Amino acid sequence: MPADPLLRVEGLTRKFGDLTAVAGVSFEVGRGELFGLVGPDGAGKTTTLRMLAGVLRPTSGDALMEGISMARDPERAKPRLAYMSQRFGLYADLTVAENLRFYADLHLVPRAERAARLERLYRFSNLGPFKDRLAGKLSGGMKQKLGLSCALIHQPELLLLDEPTFGVDPVSRRDLWLIVHEMVEQGVTAVVSTAYMDEAERFDRLALLHQGRVLALDTPSALQKGLEGEILELRTDRVREAREAASRLPAVRRAAIFGDRLHLTVPSASADGPAVEAALRQAGFAPREARPIPPSLEDVFIERIAAAEAA
Amino acid sequence: MSPTRLLAVARKELLQLRRDPRSLMLAFALPVLLLILFGYAISWDVRDIRAAVLDQDHSASSRDLVDAFRSSGYFTIVRFLARSAETGPLLERGGAQLILVIPPGFERDLGAGRAAPLQAILDGSDANTATIAQGYAEAVVRTWSSRAVLRGRSVVPPVDPETRVWFNEELASRNMIVPGLVAVIMMIIAAMLTSLTIAREWERGTMEQLAATPVSRLEVVLGKLLPYLAIGLIDVIVSSVLGVLLFKVPFRGSAALLMLLSACFLTGALGLGLFISAVARSQVLATQLAMIATFLPTLLLSGFMFSIRTMPAALRAISYLVPARYFLVVTRGIFLKGVGLEVLALQGLLMAVFATTGLGLAVSRFRKELQ
Repeated sequence: MPADPLLRVEGLTRKFGDLTAVAGVSFEVGRGELFGLVGPDGAGKTTTLRMLAGVLRPTSGDALMEGISMARDPERAKPRLAYMSQRFGLYADLTVAENLRFYADLHLVPRAERAARLERLYRFSNLGPFKDRLAGKLSGGMKQKLGLSCALIHQPELLLLDEPTFGVDPVSRRDLWLIVHEMVEQGVTAVVSTAYMDEAERFDRLALLHQGRVLALDTPSALQKGLEGEILELRTDRVREAREAASRLPAVRRAAIFGDRLHLTVPSASADGPAVEAALRQAGFAPREARPIPPSLEDVFIERIAAAEAA
Repeated sequence: MSPTRLLAVARKELLQLRRDPRSLMLAFALPVLLLILFGYAISWDVRDIRAAVLDQDHSASSRDLVDAFRSSGYFTIVRFLARSAETGPLLERGGAQLILVIPPGFERDLGAGRAAPLQAILDGSDANTATIAQGYAEAVVRTWSSRAVLRGRSVVPPVDPETRVWFNEELASRNMIVPGLVAVIMMIIAAMLTSLTIAREWERGTMEQLAATPVSRLEVVLGKLLPYLAIGLIDVIVSSVLGVLLFKVPFRGSAALLMLLSACFLTGALGLGLFISAVARSQVLATQLAMIATFLPTLLLSGFMFSIRTMPAALRAISYLVPARYFLVVTRGIFLKGVGLEVLALQGLLMAVFATTGLGLAVSRFRKELQ
């Protein structure tokens, strides 16, 4: 738990009719922390972020930014936060420069500081040469960088980003993360959601969301250590059928597909490995390159989500 | 409220408008088009009624009567019929709107001092024109018969009424229509224009982003309203100039007063559009709602097409809720009568109430919140 949290989320709940999109989510985000909301589609990441940004009213619970209630008094917090929705939310029929100016005006950024801030944002985002291009004519990655630039123009204390790297090419993805890390280094607190498990290791701490609930809340390394058992990785033909067969073996607690490989959760990779391999071979598969590996966050998530679904 | 933020919204709205040909058409071309179309198409004046004559008397008197019809200016004699059997088919084809039948013995009866019957057959399928044509025909016959009776004797008629029409001396309906059109068009265009703006932002996802900024609801509503208010006033000026130059409608009042009251009226109509937009959250629904809320009531219940005085009580009661009703009094009053606030004070007050209501509705219903 952070000692001096900037954001305290308490039992945040949002229902849409009969559907509960977010069910009693609680966590704290420390000042200057890069906090992740990780989970598959439909986990409640977007709904949670919308409530944190004060654009969606919680059904119950609250999120407090330094004591300001986002449920009751969101307007007071808005000058200090920035929110970037998952869907491109800028004006496609305005140019890059016009969008930036619009958001600078809305946040009353002093004229004297504008030039310096814009110059810095253009440098970060490499959008300088595209200043006069309509935002709608930018590539997906550039659109996201423009969205992030507009969000940063007023130097917010809290940055809320909803899947900023969704559908973005790898180069732009790296650029986006560079900007986020740079901001966090300068003391900005960031809450970022992602469905890409491989991005989860970037967070200082993260909450694993599934069906509107927090399944796990910790640092990435603590989450990795917390996994019971070990991971046995092996290559095989017909991975889907092999997964089926492997998951029926008594020693295998969980079997997951990673490309052409299987990740099997077993009590001990060295002790159980040969037996598992033999059993698969007997079942007509050709397993090879079996080796114990340290659990990735993805393994942890799959394990946790499967456990939650079984419960 | 921050002027910077308000102007930022207004400026953004203008930039978007400048790049959107469809909205530009709606804002500038449509009012002019409607004015020209309606201005030329709608006329309640009945002139040049197509008349046919079945003269069975063939006398000097019957020819004189036909001449009286011809020279009245209301009738154009399109045909002379030979037999009464031709009357039916002619009316069926719409070849004539009125058939004047002069029976045999017309002159003889007149000369003998007996009542001389005449027959006018009218095409009643257009009841309005038929009624007016009947009135004209009766007037022509009355004038002609009094002259015929008095012919040869120099008697001064005891009463010689001289009617004088004020404000619209020629009783030209376009003098009523054009100022009324300005009011009707402004109501429709204004509500249509703004009904799109908030709904569009919800649909495109830009509102979610805007809602997360400290911009206030009043700043958004006013910022979106201001550019369209300017456009609306330009439309009023263009329509008025067109009315005066193209349709030769007199403009006798104060242009400044017209602008002031137009600004109030437009603010109300634009606010109503924004209110609809905030409620609907979808462009298609918002446009339809704006059309329903403005087009029919304004066209039918404002007094533009039908006199409010002759409406059934229920419709007359509803018409009090149609803001264009009051603005119509303003435009007609300023154009034709040249009256000022001393007469239009009530309308001015009602315009102000409309403006406040429109704005208030828009601000109260617009939420910076997803659903």
